[in-house]
This record gives sequence, structure tokens and C-alpha cells, in this order.
Amino acid sequence: MTRRRGAGFAAGLAFTVLVAVFLIFPVVLSVLAGVTVNYQRGIIASGVTLVWVERVLDLYAHTIGLSVGIALATLVSTLLLGVPVAYALARHSGRVARLAEEALVIPVAIPGIATGLALILAWGAVGDFRTHWSFILVGHVLFTLPFMVRSTLAVMLAVDLPTLEEAARSLGAGLLARFRTVVLPNAAPGILAGSLMVLTLSLGEFNMTLMLHTPFTMTLPVGLADSYASMRLEIGSAFTLVFLILLIPLLVALQWASDRAFGLAPTR
Amino acid sequence: MGRDRLALALLVAPAIAFLAAFFLLPLALMLRTGATGPEGWATYAIILTDDRYLASLWKTVALAASVTAATLVISGIAGVFLARNRFRGRRLLTAFLTLPLAFPGVVIGFMVILLAGRQGVIGEVTLALTGERLVFAYSLAGLFVGYLYFSIPRTVLTVMAAAEKLDPALEEAARSLGASPWAVVRDVILPGLKGAFLAAGAICFATAMGAFGTAFTLATRIDVLPMVIYAEFTVGANIAVAAALSFLLGAITWAVLAAARTAAGGAVAAAG
Repeated sequence: MTRRRGAGFAAGLAFTVLVAVFLIFPVVLSVLAGVTVNYQRGIIASGVTLVWVERVLDLYAHTIGLSVGIALATLVSTLLLGVPVAYALARHSGRVARLAEEALVIPVAIPGIATGLALILAWGAVGDFRTHWSFILVGHVLFTLPFMVRSTLAVMLAVDLPTLEEAARSLGAGLLARFRTVVLPNAAPGILAGSLMVLTLSLGEFNMTLMLHTPFTMTLPVGLADSYASMRLEIGSAFTLVFLILLIPLLVALQWASDRAFGLAPTR
Repeated sequence: MGRDRLALALLVAPAIAFLAAFFLLPLALMLRTGATGPEGWATYAIILTDDRYLASLWKTVALAASVTAATLVISGIAGVFLARNRFRGRRLLTAFLTLPLAFPGVVIGFMVILLAGRQGVIGEVTLALTGERLVFAYSLAGLFVGYLYFSIPRTVLTVMAAAEKLDPALEEAARSLGASPWAVVRDVILPGLKGAFLAAGAICFATAMGAFGTAFTLATRIDVLPMVIYAEFTVGANIAVAAALSFLLGAITWAVLAAARTAAGGAVAAAG
């Protein structure tokens, strides 16, 4: 762009940089605090250390393991439940399909604390379900399923799946064969973006999980809240650092996958 | 054709069964549980007239509305700026603005404490400047900052996506006809972004109404609606009221999102 930039550009840039500082500065603060010997005295005066990170791994490794496990199980469940739904919705554009699509996103519109309470009221007293990690899994699948369906559906519609399938059908391919050789490869970018979204959301879910968890099933974000409430500031910071090390690569990959999947898709 | 229909129905069946068992049934039970207190179905009327619950409801609505207004202004300016200008470092700036997308509320609460808590940076700076330590993390002001932090990234993304689609020729035309920069913003850019603002605003409002992690980290004294529900359920063991309040909260956030979706013509995608 060769147009000369005036005061408006400078003001806009200054404002936007200021907003970015507001968003990034606390992240930097928390990362530094996690490796500072004594936060009160400051990182320069007291020095850098990894003891707090080690303490976190001692105290909370089980929450990290559980969260990673639940995130992976949530991913598998949303793939099995969600991709077929996206496919069915892509094939049918009628009113019923649109209604089903609407109904599917309602769980996201309702606060996690309400859904969590409802799940406890309905299923909390059924056998040992309440104390098993699959109780949290159910909540996470409920919350993340719409993201998998929407992401997959958007790409399926963008590549004009019905036409591709019609071609395969005319060559004699059955539904299963078409699903494997036409549908899945073409929808892959959407499934990938949806998968990363599901992992990210499950790993960080707190609103519902705080209601659903028991002392036997403490996830990473619940552990974070525990460390903020009962440990010294350095340990909370170190745990945040560990969490960010897990989360940020996922976020970067998600950004990349979404650009790839939806850069070509018209928004609906 | 008939076999295909059956196959499609079978593809959808597991998800429908899952939603029925773990969403519809629990919600229905929660609606009924709200009526199992000593007052029966009148519990729903009581939570709407009781001073404490009503005050909490209005506080939550006011907080969510002010967070939404501030987020739309801030993200509107930053988003349009980033969409309209090409310069070195733009990608990096955009990455910074969207990094906290999907940070959980608990973590954001902790960041507010690092900023404005008892050992916070703002406290240190004000202590050095004025001799007085400014601490506001553990109040509604701290919650406001946290929700702002949470809402800006996703709103910036929505505004940027919509602003990229606006035709710059319209602005050029308005300018060449002598419109002032402010008139261009008011008459060309803002109307073009109306749908995005409506969609992002509704999501921002609904999220702020139901968010829980940030308030949980900051303090138990902030009596926004989700905190009241949690306290009634855990400390008060008042399950009927907790269920009724949860139902009310869910109905409000769902209605706001549905209304915005209708108004924006299907452009509102729900988000966490």
C-alpha cells in the first residue's frame, strides 16, 4: 500500500498495540512468576528456578494425566458421534436437518454450571458413575460435540460433497465405500480443525467440570483452581506455565488448521 | 434411496440418543427438581421476587451488558484497524490479540490477581506513585477486567472476518463524496458490521452471564448468578433453588443467543 498514513493510522496502531499489551502482559507475568525464586522480591533479586515447576509435577501430575486422557477420550467420542451427524446434515438440507443442527448447539448455549448440575441430578446416584472419570467425559462430549459437527459440516458443504458422492454412486460405490473414499478424505481439514478445537476446549473446561469432579477425578483446571486457592503464588504460576505449555501448541495448531479448512469455505 | 435414508438415520441415531440421555433428560429433571423445595413450583416465582436472588440477577445482567459494550468498542476499533491496514508486524499483533482465545476462566482469574491482586503489579505501581496500594481484583471491577480479557480475542476475530468482507470501494466512494472520517465510520462501516456486532455481542453477553471460573478464582464474595448457584448447591445444600436458578440462567443465555441468531439471520455461531 502506497497511500500515505496519517494520524488515524498512528492512533489506530497505538490503540491496537495497547490492547495486545493488555492481553499478553499478564501471560508474561505469570510465566515469569512460575520460574521466580521469590515473587515478592522479584525475579532479578531472587533469581530463576525450576523448583516450583517440580513441585507442581509432584503435586498435580495426576490431574494433568487425567485431563489429557479425558481430552483424548472426548476427541474419540466426538469423532464417532459427530462426523456421522455432520455427514447426514450435509446430505439433507431440509427443515428437519436445520432444526437438528439448531438442537445440537443448545448445550453450548447453556452455562456449564447449569448443565453440570443437571447431569448430577439425573445420573449422580446411578451406581459408581459419579466417581468414575467417564462422568466428566460425558459432560465434555456434550459441550464439544457441536464444535466438531459445525467444523466438519462447514467443510463438507464447501467442497460440495453431494456432487462428489453422486459421481461415486454412479460408479457403483455403496454408502460405506463412499464414506471411506470420498467423504472422509474431502472433509479431513474440517475434521482436523474440529479435533483440535475439541482437545483445546476439553483440556481447559472448568465451569462444568468443577460441578462434575470428585476428589478421585480432579482435572487439570480444577487442580489449577486448587493451587490458586491453597498454594503460594509461585506454585500457582508454575502450574499455569505447565498448562500453557500444553495449551499454546494446540492453539497455534488450531489457528493453522482453521485457516486451512475455512480459508476456502464460505461462511454460512 | 430408501436404504440410504435408513443408513442416514442410523448415522444420526447415536448422537441423538446421547443428547436425549445426557442433556434433555437431565434438563427436564432439573426443571422438576426446581419444584421439589418446600414451596413447590412457586420456587420459580420466589427466585424472581426474592431480594437476594433478584439483586444477584441484575448484578450479573449489568456486568454482562457492560462487558459486552466495552468489548464491542475495543474489539471493533482493533478489529477494523487490523482488517483495513497492511503493515509490518500485523500478523504478530493479530496473533497476540487472539492468543488468549480458549484460556479457561480460572487462568484468567489468576492473571487478574497478578495484575490487580494483593501482590499485583498495579498495586506496586500505585504504591510507588501515590503511596497507596490499588487492589481491585477481588471485586466486580476485577471480574469486569477478567471478562474483558476473555471476550476481546474472539470478538476481534469475528469483527476482522466481517470487516475483510466489506467492500472498501464503498468507503472510498463516501470519502470522495466529501464524507468526514467519522461519517464514513457511522454510515458505511458500522452498518456493514452490524451482523458481526450482533453475533459477537450475543455470545459475549451469554458467556459473561454464565462464566464461573474467573469469579471462582477471584473471590467467593462476588455474588454473580453462577456463584450463587454454586453456593446454594454446595454450602447451602439448597438443591431446589440451585436447580431453579440454573434453569433460569440457562433460559436467559439460550434466549439471548437465539434472539441474536434470528436477528442476524443465522450468522450467530454459539461458542464456549
